[in-house]
Amino acid sequence: MSSVKVSATVRRQDQLASDVFSLVLYAPEIAKEAKAGQFVSVYSKNGANLLPRPISLCEIDATEGTIRLVYRVVGKGTTEFSHMVAGDTVDVMGPLGNGFTKKDKKAILIGGGIGIPPMLQLAKELKCEKDIVIGFRDETFLLEDLNAQGEVYIASEDGKNGVQGNVLDAIREYNLKADIIYACGPTPMLRAIKEYAMMHHMEAQLSLEEKMACGIGACLACVCKSNEVDSHSHVKNKRICKDGPVFDAQEVEL
Amino acid sequence: MNLSVNIAGVEFKNPVTVASGTFGSGAEYGDFVDLNRLGAVTTKGVANIPWAGNPTPRIAETYGGMMNAVGLQNPGIDVFCNRDIPFLQQYDTNIIVNVCGKSEADYVEVVERLADENVDLLEINVSCPNVKEGGIAFGQDPRALEQITKAVKAKAKQPIIMKLSPNVTDITAMAKAAEAGGADALSLINTLTGMKIDINRRNFAVANKTGGVSGPAIKPIAVRMVYQVANAVNLPIIGMGGIMNYEDAIEFMMAGATVVSVGTANFHNPYTTIEIIEGMERFMKEKGIEDINEIIGCVK
Repeated sequence: MSSVKVSATVRRQDQLASDVFSLVLYAPEIAKEAKAGQFVSVYSKNGANLLPRPISLCEIDATEGTIRLVYRVVGKGTTEFSHMVAGDTVDVMGPLGNGFTKKDKKAILIGGGIGIPPMLQLAKELKCEKDIVIGFRDETFLLEDLNAQGEVYIASEDGKNGVQGNVLDAIREYNLKADIIYACGPTPMLRAIKEYAMMHHMEAQLSLEEKMACGIGACLACVCKSNEVDSHSHVKNKRICKDGPVFDAQEVEL
Repeated sequence: MNLSVNIAGVEFKNPVTVASGTFGSGAEYGDFVDLNRLGAVTTKGVANIPWAGNPTPRIAETYGGMMNAVGLQNPGIDVFCNRDIPFLQQYDTNIIVNVCGKSEADYVEVVERLADENVDLLEINVSCPNVKEGGIAFGQDPRALEQITKAVKAKAKQPIIMKLSPNVTDITAMAKAAEAGGADALSLINTLTGMKIDINRRNFAVANKTGGVSGPAIKPIAVRMVYQVANAVNLPIIGMGGIMNYEDAIEFMMAGATVVSVGTANFHNPYTTIEIIEGMERFMKEKGIEDINEIIGCVK
């Protein structure tokens, strides 16, 4: 697999929630290589914002040559992206990272907040039996897309949608069982999932996040503590961008 | 048209290298950059033993730049010699090994270990602001700098470049100390110590509290320091600090740099080094410059 930096053309942009946007980009070189759990680096046009923004792939359409990014507006870079319209161009590098290792086992896909988007592409790629569990603070997004891929269980902090509480509350409430968990979301959620998976003797693949600079494994900014020595520095620091962002739960300390 | 330059007897096919720490040992950037085209690859700092570096978050974006406190995570000299040097030797480019340490003995150990390795130059990092011991401590006191330069020079088989910190009152005093200690060349500037606070989390943006600021925001400071040092000592200079394009690179050379390093720009555009080399060639053609050496320090 090799990654490229290209100038991608915006096909469409939609607002999914007050601060969540969906951006479809025409980037055939990236779309043909990419798989669920990988990410791209998206570059701002404003020279004051030097570092690329790592954003996970929500959908990949190799035939159409498009990738879909669903992202939350959190700062200057993502604010700029949210103003882009069809026909605009944006520099994108990818696909980056390793993505999920798909197993033919009964699965629960868990997404929390802006960790939900990569679960859509994963759900499309996984042909096995699967449940999808997603957690929101309040506003929901991507529900229709996910419903088309499997049974969706919702948890929300305000209780307005689905179970009141977090994704594990939903799993318990609906008594969901599986052999493997694939998850992406905030670190406290991933930490709880790791514990839950260990307790129930389940395999778990977790997608991690950290501030990144190069996105390709050179700068050593986005490391996480690992149980085994890493291949780069031999100091038990795995690079999230290059060795991850998806790790086996046993592999990393959260 | 001649783009080749010379530092301490080492010929560079062109004056463009990368700043230590932004490019690993080149392997990761190989997808984007033909390493054969670079004047040199400057490696990430390597110590006598593996260093785990600082806690995360290690970086933050700043206006027109970034701040890092990676803390010199590295695999140690043994892995480096067995893996990174053979990797780089496949390419037709100079190898500059950046050396870091916590004590004089650490630096000397690495330099001695590199004596029989096929590398071209050693860059001694006495200016990293992000490690508690060593690093910058040697780079902020002229006597300590002269002493470490002497100690390293006594054992080094390759020419040594002392990498200077901008976090000093008078950079020329440091340059002169390195020259007195026997340095063959200087590189400057390392990052400027900075701080960023995340007002929503009421916390520091990087776990180390402070970090080194780099990128185009610091370029005018770097150009000024290169100019001052070029006029204070008789050593060739590798200039760096916010170089984003060929115009910036030419500016550093006119201020007195013989070679330029591209650092933070690699994160913004992995092709920057190649674009700079091509831009320099166009600039020379347009301006009728036959030899790039003509412009080194041409602005007095």
